Amino acid sequence: MLDFVSKFFKLERSKNVAKERLQLVLIHDRNDISPEILNSLKVEMIATIKKYLEIDEAGIEIELDRADRSVALVANIPLKNINRRTRGRSKRV
Amino acid sequence: MDCRIIVVTSGKGGVGKTTTTANLAASLAKDGHKVAAIDGDVGLRNLDVIMGLENRIVYTLVDVVEGTCRLNQALIKDKRIDNLFLIPTAQSRTKDSVSAEQMLALCAELRKDFDFVLIDSPAGIEAGFHNSAIGADEAIVIVTPEVSAVRDADRIIGLLESMEKAPIRLIINRIKPDMVTRGEMLDVQDVLDILAVDLLGIVPDDESIVTSANKGEPLVLGSTSKAAKAYSNIAKRVAGEEVPIMNLFSDSKGFFSWLFGKKK
Repeated sequence: MLDFVSKFFKLERSKNVAKERLQLVLIHDRNDISPEILNSLKVEMIATIKKYLEIDEAGIEIELDRADRSVALVANIPLKNINRRTRGRSKRV
Repeated sequence: MDCRIIVVTSGKGGVGKTTTTANLAASLAKDGHKVAAIDGDVGLRNLDVIMGLENRIVYTLVDVVEGTCRLNQALIKDKRIDNLFLIPTAQSRTKDSVSAEQMLALCAELRKDFDFVLIDSPAGIEAGFHNSAIGADEAIVIVTPEVSAVRDADRIIGLLESMEKAPIRLIINRIKPDMVTRGEMLDVQDVLDILAVDLLGIVPDDESIVTSANKGEPLVLGSTSKAAKAYSNIAKRVAGEEVPIMNLFSDSKGFFSWLFGKKK
């Protein structure tokens, strides 16, 4: 029973560590996007979106996500409320 | 029947490409198919010793592509198994001795005469790998349940996809069932989750692989080991038969192995 309990809760079993490490390393292997580039992208994306929308910067998540053999850029950007200035008249960028 | 040319590759060295090529070729031949196994590792000849044909080499792959001999002269016929042939590679030459065009021409020539051509690729992603893969229709990727082998397999699968090889199927080699049961080795489903390709088969870590290599006798010649059975199953799957994936987890391990060893 102890065996069962320890197996069930010990997620640090080395095979789980291996799987997690591989999944992370392969995301970067499969496209050549370094964490630095991803960060610059994030900063510029936020700057662009902020011109049009009021966003909750603390809640932003931008990351690379793997699905089967492809990698997707997934951005989750919570909005506060649609910026009124963008209604009715176009703002020069 | 149309000929199928299959490259056996892995990225990482030492995961069992040559052993797999030798045993699949022998098993397919034993099942009645006419098979040529080609050693694609110019300069590091090995398939000949694993198949036990090293004393019968006169001409090599390099002689054929350079026109020093005819194709038939370089095809070594295995006397123990009907329909099994080896084209050995040159030991004293370098990878530059064979070009992609020459490999394509050789594959086209072999296609006329054989049911299956298996090409044992060298490790790595350089010219030797490209030349081994270029003439192939499909690919078998060998991986062991280790982080380095899985990472390299992922890279190789990406390259094979860009070369439009299809299908690309995976053999997971050297599985240690007791380590899997303890959660200390990636299991079959973990590797499939990570690599996202179809599984062709699994092979347990088995001493019979070492002893058969020592003797130069492919397992299919008489071994009753689990690895022998695994390779024989895989060969049947390659030929299109439906054979269930082997259960490496004996019933004595019971519930835990069922629960943690194989999720599918």
